[in-house]
Amino acid sequence: MSSTMPSSNNIAQARRTVQQLMIEASIERIKVSKASADLMHYCGEHAKYDPLLMGIPASENPFKDKKPCAIL
Amino acid sequence: MGEMEELRKEADNLKDQITEARKVVQDTTLQEAVAGTTLVGRVQLKTRKTLRGHLAKIYAMHWGTDTKLCVSASQDGKLIVWDTLTTNKVNAIPLKSSWVMTCAYAPSGNMVACGGLDNMCSIYNLKGKDGNVKVMRELAAHTGYLSCCRFLSDSEIITSSGDCTCILWDIETGTEKTIFAGHLGDCMSLAVSPDFKMFISGACDFTAKLWDIREATCRQTFSGHESDINAIGFFPNGNAVITGSDDATCKLYDLRADQELITYQDSGIMCGVTSLAPSLSGRLLLAGYDDFNVNIWDMLKAERVGVLAGHDNRVSCIGVSSDGMACCTGSWDSFLKIWN
Repeated sequence: MSSTMPSSNNIAQARRTVQQLMIEASIERIKVSKASADLMHYCGEHAKYDPLLMGIPASENPFKDKKPCAIL
Repeated sequence: MGEMEELRKEADNLKDQITEARKVVQDTTLQEAVAGTTLVGRVQLKTRKTLRGHLAKIYAMHWGTDTKLCVSASQDGKLIVWDTLTTNKVNAIPLKSSWVMTCAYAPSGNMVACGGLDNMCSIYNLKGKDGNVKVMRELAAHTGYLSCCRFLSDSEIITSSGDCTCILWDIETGTEKTIFAGHLGDCMSLAVSPDFKMFISGACDFTAKLWDIREATCRQTFSGHESDINAIGFFPNGNAVITGSDDATCKLYDLRADQELITYQDSGIMCGVTSLAPSLSGRLLLAGYDDFNVNIWDMLKAERVGVLAGHDNRVSCIGVSSDGMACCTGSWDSFLKIWN
């Protein structure tokens, strides 16, 4: 036999869901054009400082093993 | 109308309102906005170091802020702190429980933390007086596995759990300061914002949630994935969030526009994303997959620009050092590799 009366637990949960959705619905949103422009700007400004993007000269790469020189 | 029915209607109305509000600000797409931007050239990184020492699958790794040390966790029951330049093991910490799923390095470098199927987050002091590394605290309250943990400082840590909640802990007292509840599925991953005011969580309810740490509230929820979110991270300026999922895609969500901007997918990729990390500028997205590879994406153009192939099993974790000089991958093949 299933109860048709929701338990007070379910109602409390449903109230919490509505409260949360009200918080999320009320936020201010900026335009996607502005959001995109800001991301592009950040990438552009910081690209030259990004070693994985720019590549690292061997002499400046602390992870690169220095090969011993052989004098022939 | 019963109260339950009314509440359901109200919830549906609010969801429609949110969908509408998101459409209203969608005056373009990221794809259109970057149409004039040149694709990044092919990125070819080489393995510079292989960190050998774990005897079983590696589940997690995290760089220290000093950029040369990192910590890894393996189900061989060990946490290892590595000097990535020399490949030396600075610390090899035996764990009480070998079923570890996550590890973290404190920003100060003084502590590391880990946890897993023991449902606890164990904090280890690396700078103890006698040089021995000991358990400092065992944070127990979660009723499910510990999937991820991240330090805010030496006195606070945030954990995510299979019990669907995240918790902010006071490390001194070992007690819960705030419980962040709301996800409807296991929380799999979390990331802290660059300003330490917010954190994001990804879960098996296919959503990502943005939480205000001090207000203790969920500010925003992001949907769109069609399966569990396993990995999550912030874009370097803190204004966007990147997620990786079992649905084989990664997504970029903008916090201020409150919506998904782009999806990173390829018909040739059919396996889940396990881990992800942005490069220093945010232009590159490095993501680890179940097929043993790491794909490198141009984050703006959403095209693949490189692959890191070198592991013989699933790539379970990935991280880029804080100076952006190197990427570290950890795998079920028991090795960590340093690439640049």
